[in-house]
Amino acid sequence: MGMEGIGARVTRKEDKRFLTGKGRYTDDMVVPGMKHAFFVRSPHAHARITGIDASVALGMPGVIAVLEGKQLQADGIGNLICGWMVHSKDGTPMKMGAWRPLAIDTVRYVGDAVAIVVADSAAEARDAAEAVMVDYDELPAVTTSLAALGADAPQIHPEAPGNLIFDWQIGDPAATDAAIAAAAHVIEIDILNNRLSPNPMEPRATLGIYDEAEDHFTCYTTSQNPHVARLVMSAFYNVAPENKLRVIAPDVGGGFGSKIYIYPEEIVCLWASKKTGVPVKWTSDRTEAFLTDAHGRDHVSTVKMAFDKDHRITGLKVDTVANLGAYMSLFSSAVPTYLYATLLSGQYAIPAIHANVRTVYTNTVPVDAYRGAGRPEATYLLERTIETAARELGISPVELRRKNFIRTFPYQTPVIMTYDAGDYEASLSAAMQAADWDGFPARRAQSEARGMKRGIGMSCYIEACGIAPSQAVGSLGAGVGLWESAEVRVNAVGTIEVLTGSHSHGQGHETTFAQLVADRLGVPIASVNIVHGDTDKVQMGMGTYGSRSGAVGMSAVVKALDKVEMKAKKIAAHLMEADEADIVIENGDVKVAGTDKSLPWFQVALAAYTAHNLPSGMEPGLKESAFYDPSNFTFPAGCYIAEVEIDPETGKTEILQFVAADDFGNIINPMIVEGQVHGGLAQGIGQALLEEVRYDENNGQLLTASYMDYAMPRADDLPSFSLSHQNTPCPGNPLGIKGCGEAGAIGSPPALMNAITDAIGINTLSMPATPLKVWSALQAVQMRQAAE
Amino acid sequence: MAKVTLTVNGRAMAGECDDRTLLVHFIRDRLGLTGTHVGCDTTQCGACVVHMDGKSVKSCSILAVQASGSTVTTIEGLAVQGELHPVQAAFNQHHGLQCGFCTPGMVMTAVDMIARHGGQLDEATVRQELEGNICRCTGYHNIVKAVLSANEQMHGAQRQAAE
Repeated sequence: MGMEGIGARVTRKEDKRFLTGKGRYTDDMVVPGMKHAFFVRSPHAHARITGIDASVALGMPGVIAVLEGKQLQADGIGNLICGWMVHSKDGTPMKMGAWRPLAIDTVRYVGDAVAIVVADSAAEARDAAEAVMVDYDELPAVTTSLAALGADAPQIHPEAPGNLIFDWQIGDPAATDAAIAAAAHVIEIDILNNRLSPNPMEPRATLGIYDEAEDHFTCYTTSQNPHVARLVMSAFYNVAPENKLRVIAPDVGGGFGSKIYIYPEEIVCLWASKKTGVPVKWTSDRTEAFLTDAHGRDHVSTVKMAFDKDHRITGLKVDTVANLGAYMSLFSSAVPTYLYATLLSGQYAIPAIHANVRTVYTNTVPVDAYRGAGRPEATYLLERTIETAARELGISPVELRRKNFIRTFPYQTPVIMTYDAGDYEASLSAAMQAADWDGFPARRAQSEARGMKRGIGMSCYIEACGIAPSQAVGSLGAGVGLWESAEVRVNAVGTIEVLTGSHSHGQGHETTFAQLVADRLGVPIASVNIVHGDTDKVQMGMGTYGSRSGAVGMSAVVKALDKVEMKAKKIAAHLMEADEADIVIENGDVKVAGTDKSLPWFQVALAAYTAHNLPSGMEPGLKESAFYDPSNFTFPAGCYIAEVEIDPETGKTEILQFVAADDFGNIINPMIVEGQVHGGLAQGIGQALLEEVRYDENNGQLLTASYMDYAMPRADDLPSFSLSHQNTPCPGNPLGIKGCGEAGAIGSPPALMNAITDAIGINTLSMPATPLKVWSALQAVQMRQAAE
Repeated sequence: MAKVTLTVNGRAMAGECDDRTLLVHFIRDRLGLTGTHVGCDTTQCGACVVHMDGKSVKSCSILAVQASGSTVTTIEGLAVQGELHPVQAAFNQHHGLQCGFCTPGMVMTAVDMIARHGGQLDEATVRQELEGNICRCTGYHNIVKAVLSANEQMHGAQRQAAE
């Protein structure tokens, strides 16, 4: 590795603009004639719309237009879709209800958009929206998945009787039932995975610009995947043909999944721009974000894990109900199925697995992928179960895990996935050593002497990244291929632009992608620019989610660099009258190996563009593109250990240490990888200790709709983290990368809950482990002990 | 409409706005300084922190008219002639930012924090002082490192000069 190449701890190229206030986010965009939008939203969780009267609003200062759903429908704008078809086990397709960008007859969650007000200023639009009179006939609402499946539950979509979207299964039910029947021990546990709001710090925003002369639309938007936004808005929502729609996702302030999807607001602002003849900008406020950004998690599961007399796992049976909210968001069907149940083998050799998943509609905001997307739910379920099993079987949780580890690769699980490489023992040992696991009893005794409860817990996670082989996901119902694209443009002076379909919204691609080029060509990263996030500049790409930018996006860059290098070598061989096979590229020079013949990189680039002396028949120029389709998922894995101390007087949990030992395959920039883990850990710890979206079950009102009600992790809620890596290169892609973006959020909740339940001396406690819940659990333990 | 006169980043500026206009919107929309961000609307997240007459304030909870007559420094005014302020440099050095949205508020808070504590900062104090600034990307680990490093650099340099 060079100073700036693969593996180097390079500080980020993009930092300066963010540190000096020169970042350019969607809400920062100003164009001539721009007006502002505010959405009229349903205050009810479920209601019929009986009338909309905008006459007062239209007379208010600055108001340009109030537009509603019937006009949108009349103009042929389509409904929002879920892009992944899942079939129920009886073979019937999922039952998708209509999601109109602006509701026409019925609203189905608090925040469902009903109309858009366009005015001179954002404040005037907001004022006028208050004056739009919408008449509603309230209907009964249901917010929890189990209640929605009840016989007398309100019916949310006519297309989905009983609110059931699909009833899906994976694995072998007969073999699993047989394993449970024959087991020496069966551990049963109920698992809840709490509903979360992703909360990137930048609220969603969009600016729709219609150019009448060109009949062309431009959409600035807070998106993780602008090309998919363009594709979907063009192909399904009939906003405009792709060649008449440019989507730009400029600097984007975090996503965590919530900015993958195409929401009603982008569509409506583009349409409203054409309707009104002015550019229309909308920026969400934080309460609107809680009300309308797709939520994550919200699973209710029952688990049976079977063991033989030697404590080997013989079977796993899981029944899960997943709440998908009021409408099916873009990837909502894939999250509780192919991104969840396919990971239920964890790090363990389990001969028989069966999972049944029912997804249901409720009168809540749509639920879709949030950091980890299905894998945190699988990991939490498995790691809470195996920990509980160890306690009930009376053996060490370490030994129970070790006994059941998968140790040979490739390993075919009973739930589709083929794990390609890993070393689970290495991460377990490293984490235990870093945490001084063996010294815990002495530390616990010290805490007890001070009247405190101390606990330790671990989690051994595996996840699947680098989504995904297009043919495989296509066979599972995906509506798109999940390859990535790249173009490497060498300029005549030797500087380089890399155009990538990946999108950076905090991940640092402008640095890491440049490091890859620096590593290959020996040029400084300062001479490499990374271009992304604009459909007019960059060829079709699939965007960033599922930790795919390294494993898939950079692999596409590698393929394009291969072609560039091959052509550069041909040119250099021609210029230096050498054999092409003897040409090497080192430290920015193109050399003939074993001789003193050498050309600086820029001269080869210049020769490609002057074209005065190229090999016979060669086209001028030095610019190549590539599409990379992965051959498999990648499988990051690791072991996390949490140690906590609980004050029994208050129930407050303090994290004394948090250790993460990860296998991410090869690493481009350790500094950035560590940052990804820190952030993931904070979100996972937030899930375990602080965060929960709560609706009022009686009327469907969102109770956690601001930072005064939804507990975001703050600096003083978290410790500093202890990180290490035990990397086994991924054999499936050219750089050996597995991906690191989500691991922290996947592995940490069960480690923490295992530590907290260890401290309290119980097996079940639902997240978030708030002081009240922990204190109540401690009281129950004390009462039980007093009674005994 | 109200008339607002401010000195922002060393330049005198005047403008008219609605009485209800918040300082953050005046800075962003009227002055075009979009480095100061709005992240929560409820004074919780600190993305909008600026310095007003030398103190850090959340510009989403002050009316522009209340700020009239004061001297305001925003993130755009922190670097001097292209040279990053030591806190900005430390955030870069220690990877204290990812998406960058909370960063201006974090940096402005950190500058004020370091000034107020006169070099006496430790991890626990920094974490407590950052309570009014929310970051969703970094888990605060590297922000804390950056603040401590900048504190050491700024006050270490002062100590050296004094010795």
